[in-house]
Amino acid sequence: MAARRKFRHQLAMTALAWIVGLLIFFPILWTALTSFKTEVDAFAIPPKFVFFHWTLENYGVVQERSNYIAAATNSIVLSIGANVVGLLIAIPAAWSMAFAPITVVAKRQTRTMHALIVLVIALMALVAWLSAFRLLTSWWGYAALFVVVGLPVIYWIMTRRTTDVLMWMLSTKMMPAVGVLVPIYLLYRDYDLLDTRLGVGFLLMMVNLPIIIWMLFTYFKEIPVDILEAARMDGASLLNEIVHVLTPLAAPGIASTMLLSIILSWNEAFWTLRLTTTHAAPLTFLIAEYSSPEGLFWAKLSAASTLAIAPIVILGWFSQKQLVRGMTFGAVK
Amino acid sequence: MATQRTTLAGRVLVAPSVLLLFLWMVVPLAMTIYFSTLRYSLLDPDSVAFIGVQNYADFLHDPSFLGALFNTLVLVASVLLISVVGGLFVALLVDQPIFGQGIVRLMVIAPFLVMPTVSALVWKNLFMNPISGLFAWLAKSFGLPAVDWFTNWPMVAIVIIVAWQWLPFAALILLTALQSLDEEQKEAAALDGARPVSYLFYIILPHLARAITVVVLIETIFLLSVYAEILVTTKGGPGTATTNIPFLIYKQALLNFDVGGASAGGLVAVILANIVAIFLMRVVGKNLEA
Repeated sequence: MAARRKFRHQLAMTALAWIVGLLIFFPILWTALTSFKTEVDAFAIPPKFVFFHWTLENYGVVQERSNYIAAATNSIVLSIGANVVGLLIAIPAAWSMAFAPITVVAKRQTRTMHALIVLVIALMALVAWLSAFRLLTSWWGYAALFVVVGLPVIYWIMTRRTTDVLMWMLSTKMMPAVGVLVPIYLLYRDYDLLDTRLGVGFLLMMVNLPIIIWMLFTYFKEIPVDILEAARMDGASLLNEIVHVLTPLAAPGIASTMLLSIILSWNEAFWTLRLTTTHAAPLTFLIAEYSSPEGLFWAKLSAASTLAIAPIVILGWFSQKQLVRGMTFGAVK
Repeated sequence: MATQRTTLAGRVLVAPSVLLLFLWMVVPLAMTIYFSTLRYSLLDPDSVAFIGVQNYADFLHDPSFLGALFNTLVLVASVLLISVVGGLFVALLVDQPIFGQGIVRLMVIAPFLVMPTVSALVWKNLFMNPISGLFAWLAKSFGLPAVDWFTNWPMVAIVIIVAWQWLPFAALILLTALQSLDEEQKEAAALDGARPVSYLFYIILPHLARAITVVVLIETIFLLSVYAEILVTTKGGPGTATTNIPFLIYKQALLNFDVGGASAGGLVAVILANIVAIFLMRVVGKNLEA
């Protein structure tokens, strides 16, 4: 009796869960369906669910109307390019933070002295900064700016614990993009970076860099250090150690990080919308152009949308764990 | 444990990342602060002048700012409420021993992976169109008048679209947290004859408290900068009914060419986000120490 009641309960729950799941998923399903309709069928009232004239014509029209392939290429180049460069910068950082974390901080007296030194440097930087605004036309101005900004930063790293550095990196992710929209836009305009893959790619990389470093750090931390020591004891050379021990251990983490970061770059819709117009415009931008309608366009909009989201939805299904890890900064396990 | 040499090497390896992040965040932020004290219009770039806190005064006295602040808070609060309560419900449901759990899970998570411009346009046209939209047809089938969402209920429409994107996120995080609940604890509760309601309030919710906090904080940070959904649907209108702070700043900077005013607005947005970020960093930091 109890078993049967349990089974019935399970059936009811299953039905309810499927209904809720289908409801949430329905807009995506409906978009995919509409993409195979003719425009007239797409507007039909009552809506046609299955019995309509199935056609692939919209997928062809999408390309004619808006050069879909160019936008898709941009999306791919931007999200993968930004990721590869980001990983190259992030891997060494995450690696050293995971395996050689700096836990000891200087004594109070030294720290006070450091604070004073940093204060002096910062004041100098401020003076140089203000004069650099007049110098911004010359390379000297940049070099000076870079040095005065870089020095205190490098100094700051040298005196912090790893956890503090990591927390600071994460905090940069929480800055709203609009807070830096104006300077970035003006800088990009003045240096011809608007609507270039280089410019947008750099921004996408920077937006995701904190998450990339964070994800890599958490994965690297899970690698047991003893294995490295064992390999060394067995007389593995450094090259052998990297090829046969480190790479196989680190590769899954790096791949997972890359997956999440590609998803995030692909869907990024603030900088891509504001900084591109044609040459570097990715799919987010192409879809946004459908907001000014031209005649009947629902089936075409659906076709373009289906193509734009399909690869990422599929990638995302495989990376649910990484999504949780990356999006919550490891606060939920 | 680390020797002096590895310590130095470690710092050198971290340096490029820190330097880049610094250049990307702190330098533009410093420029925003600097611009916010100027009278600086792109239409008249020769008459740049220092005007102190005038931009802030203007911005804070501007009724459109207060309206945008209100809209931002309404948007964030409503989406949070819908996505957390709905997400919790969905997570509890999917966590049951149901048939095809994996597939239901996939369907539930999918909207979070859809790019914002796609979800906004699909909802606006295929669903919320007052004549041929699916909602209009549904309303008519029940004998109700069709709703012209973007004219009469623009904010509700935006909330629905954004909530559809973020409910899956809440569900995914809460489901992950649910699945780490101790099996023995569940069994013990069942043996003690805990009723579903007390089971929910005394075992599940306390267990999820931390995950819920994290979802609320992270969603708030992202929801404070909702932009694409508004751009492609209402463009902030009708009037200023759906203009939130990011959209107002965008209008100020790139449509009105007022660099000074937009920068002041940008800093207000940064301060808003930081109020939330401080709490989030505390939760994350605790986890890092452990």
